[in-house]
Amino acid sequence: MTRSILGFFPSCPQHALVERLPLHGTHPGGGRGPVGKVDVTMRGPQSATSPNWAPAFAGVAHLVGGRKARSVLASVGLLAFVSGGVASAQDAPALAPAPQQAPQQAPADPAAPAAPAGDQSGGLVVDVTGGISAPMPIAIPVMPTAAVVSTPAGSTDVLGRQLADIVTNDLRNSGLFTPLSPGQLRPVSFPEVTAPGFEYWGSTGAQALVQGFIRANGDGNLTVGCYLYDVSSKAELTRTGFVVSPSDWRRAGHKCADMVYTRLTGEGAYFDSRVVYVSETGPKGRRIKRLAIMDQDGANHRFLTNGQSIVLTPRFAPNQQSIVYMSYLNNRPAIYVYDIGSGKQRLVVANANLTFAPRFSPDGRNILFSMAQGGNTDVYRVSSQGGTPQRLTNSPGIDTGGSYSPDGSKIVFESDRSGGQQIYVMNADGSNQQRISFGGGRYATPVWSPRGDLIAFTKLGGGFRIGIMSPSGGGEKLLTNDWQDEGPSWSPNGRVINFYRSGRGSGGKADLWSVDLTGVNERKIPTPLDGSDPAWGPLRP
Amino acid sequence: MSKLSNILLACTALIAVAGCAKKRPAVLPPAPVDNNAPVDPNAGMNNGNVGGAIVPGSDADFQRSVSSNTVNFGLDMYDIDPTARAILDSQAQWLAKFPNQRITIEGHADERGTREYNLALGDRRANATKNYLAAKGVSSSRMTTISYGKERPVAMGSDDQSWAANRRAVTVVLN
Repeated sequence: MTRSILGFFPSCPQHALVERLPLHGTHPGGGRGPVGKVDVTMRGPQSATSPNWAPAFAGVAHLVGGRKARSVLASVGLLAFVSGGVASAQDAPALAPAPQQAPQQAPADPAAPAAPAGDQSGGLVVDVTGGISAPMPIAIPVMPTAAVVSTPAGSTDVLGRQLADIVTNDLRNSGLFTPLSPGQLRPVSFPEVTAPGFEYWGSTGAQALVQGFIRANGDGNLTVGCYLYDVSSKAELTRTGFVVSPSDWRRAGHKCADMVYTRLTGEGAYFDSRVVYVSETGPKGRRIKRLAIMDQDGANHRFLTNGQSIVLTPRFAPNQQSIVYMSYLNNRPAIYVYDIGSGKQRLVVANANLTFAPRFSPDGRNILFSMAQGGNTDVYRVSSQGGTPQRLTNSPGIDTGGSYSPDGSKIVFESDRSGGQQIYVMNADGSNQQRISFGGGRYATPVWSPRGDLIAFTKLGGGFRIGIMSPSGGGEKLLTNDWQDEGPSWSPNGRVINFYRSGRGSGGKADLWSVDLTGVNERKIPTPLDGSDPAWGPLRP
Repeated sequence: MSKLSNILLACTALIAVAGCAKKRPAVLPPAPVDNNAPVDPNAGMNNGNVGGAIVPGSDADFQRSVSSNTVNFGLDMYDIDPTARAILDSQAQWLAKFPNQRITIEGHADERGTREYNLALGDRRANATKNYLAAKGVSSSRMTTISYGKERPVAMGSDDQSWAANRRAVTVVLN
């Protein structure tokens, strides 16, 4: 399980009010067992020795689990726990292992962290459209550890290096940042995390600096702190800390990268998320297709089905606990809901000849899907629990590929009722069907952005290309230009699109790719085998 | 509880009670790197070739007897053209001789359509074929359809000839 911790900023109280939701445990019984019961309070070892640290929590760097605090706080909710952290932290003397070198080497240079100084002129900003052409130089040195401890996830010093790598890769892949090369980075000592060597970092050309630390807690969990600094103004911009179980350690890195990305771009977070897709292998005429799930960056890859049946078009439930997809199990192509926790699946619509193109409604209560009957395909809706489907379209053509608007009030779908595939929008009950695509060529696989402002699609005409348009059909823009790009899926923040790219001919394989809304930052997503039908899940809780 | 009964329903509906639980271990091993699909859903390869002799009424007998088990379609089309009619007429004749044999008709599309649309298009083609056979006297109760969309091409190229071959409906005799 993971849990976020707030930083306290005497100089900018608004930060202290920023509420971060508790992270629900994926650990069974999360939050109740000994593992889930981690309480962390904040304490500043430096405050004792370093006069320039303001009382209490000015610039507190270290998140320490104190036994006393734990017992005090065990029964309070997170919010109370967080805000109460100040008081109890003061009460809780150094119970937990204080970083050894911290007190002595505490901020030697009083000028540097003169902490809150001039914070928040808000100068450092990354423009998500213009930023692509001039990515921001950013330094992300290895995150030091308080003490090298062996954990189930590895040694904490190694983890500190890997965490910095995760943050580096996430930010680089966004296309908006140019992380310094390893040769330009220098080691950061534990106390230096909160007292950065701005002079050095300034000399590297970095405009922003991300520092952090990792510490193994006595209860088996890990604490990761993450700090963002503006190098030229020598000010801290924001900070966050996480307590994670060793199995979730990578998430702390993604959360740190999300913190940096959101603070500097003003956009929503997306790095701490997963992708479900179809892993492919074997010859073109007999592809073996298996459901697979992985982190957004390709890590923690896992196969969910064994390849005995063709599987297609998986999509996450909004709560991310299940996946709806299509399988040829027993040669009956139909929609199933796969429960990630148990590995079990159930048929959604019984006694149908062909059901496909499933997608959850934003509230998770319904599944939109297509059903073919006697050669005619229409869009239907059924309760996620099953039951009698309700028909939403009624044209003699092929109506398929439905996707809800984020508020659930509308559905975008494709239909060939006009003679070729085009995109239509209707109300959630099927009324008021309006065509919105009018350009040359055909339009398919529309997907509504989680932000609501755009619809991504596949444009057919010569090749297949990924494009976007507004929900009213305006502002069409094609983002890719290859032989066959198909099946867009949105990042949680609506800034990036995953899709799959197929190659030509007998050796033509499919791979997962991503592209951002500028169309400039296009890159391949690493997968163990080939891949298709990616579906990006929501930000993890 | 309701999940359990749903699973049971699913299994019963598919007449696969045994296979249902067995085929989905919670954690699956990495893919076997081989080229023979463990199960060929495209199959129907009950070729009836027993000891070298083709059994009358089998799929092998069907394939030997009809002018083709496959009809082809134009791009994004599903109408039965004169060539297809002649083929399906020969299929209907054979099916009249073996009135107890059941068939499934597989509909396929070429790779130039999107995945979901092609599933619907394959269904259209399978149904157009089924409807023609029904008009020729084959009872609908003997026929099922299945669409594979663009999942199972027979020609691997990305050229006109391959695409034409892949736009097809294949009649398979079930045993």
